[in-house]
Amino acid sequence: MSDRGYPEAVADEFLAPPTEFTDREGRTVEIRPYEGTEEGYEALVEMYDDFDPSDRAQGIPPGGEERIREWLDAILDDDCRNVIAWCGDEVAGHATLVPDGDAYELAIFVHQEYQRAGIGTHLIRGLLGHGQAEGVQKVWLTVERWNRAAVSLYKKIGFETSNAESFELEMGLRLNPDADSEAASDENEGDE
Amino acid sequence: MKVLCGIGGSDDSFRALDRTVERAAVANDDLTVAVVENPDSSIDPNEIVRRAESAVEEAGIDAEVRLVDGDPGSRLVEIAETEEFEEIVLGGGHTSPMGKITIGSIAEFVLLNAKTSVTLVR
Repeated sequence: MSDRGYPEAVADEFLAPPTEFTDREGRTVEIRPYEGTEEGYEALVEMYDDFDPSDRAQGIPPGGEERIREWLDAILDDDCRNVIAWCGDEVAGHATLVPDGDAYELAIFVHQEYQRAGIGTHLIRGLLGHGQAEGVQKVWLTVERWNRAAVSLYKKIGFETSNAESFELEMGLRLNPDADSEAASDENEGDE
Repeated sequence: MKVLCGIGGSDDSFRALDRTVERAAVANDDLTVAVVENPDSSIDPNEIVRRAESAVEEAGIDAEVRLVDGDPGSRLVEIAETEEFEEIVLGGGHTSPMGKITIGSIAEFVLLNAKTSVTLVR
């Protein structure tokens, strides 16, 4: 898995969560790292249990509560990075970085009721800000070619296509300079 | 049914092998296992042949295990056509750490080019 390609340049600095904004429907949405509480976990299960199967991508999220819990247990592990978009005490969206060798695999899901309101852009920026602050260096993802909205979101963020030879596009992003530079670990919170 | 199971040494291909052998024992399929050269697999093809042979033996069925040279996808399609197989069985894809499934290049080629039905084993 280490033969994936990444851009040479390091991406822009992303603001680390918590952040708050008003979406295009006038709803107040807060982006926070997953805190590991039972309420947070159950709210996530609820979102995925109610997730429209037509928005599944490459088999995830899985269907059925039991398989959802199994999947969440794997991707909410301590070595993963998770960020949630909250609308009140309801989960509007969830984005995750799961370790894969020296890089992390990214996925993002926004519940149908909250799509097309600008939440995805805030959520992925929040996740990348969180990952950047935690020293994550490289991020990759796969996306189905026909999913234009997702592909253009990833491109806008700075992802570059690293493999276009199969059903799914593979894209990569460099969040922090490679290991030798220790500068990434300081607690700079950004300027906004 | 005359079934061609193509395996190249990936985890999902071994899953496909086990399931196809199991099914052949029950359904009395006429099974051939073709061991292909998957560039993404680090397992020696002869070792894959041995594993396939022992799976066949354990199931107590009479199936041929064959080592196939050349481009895996096109060879499988060609064999299915010239020897009149009715179905091609392959591994159902690689699962990433995230749980996302990606379909390999061999399966993609066979799916698009085979005239027979193709089964991807999950």
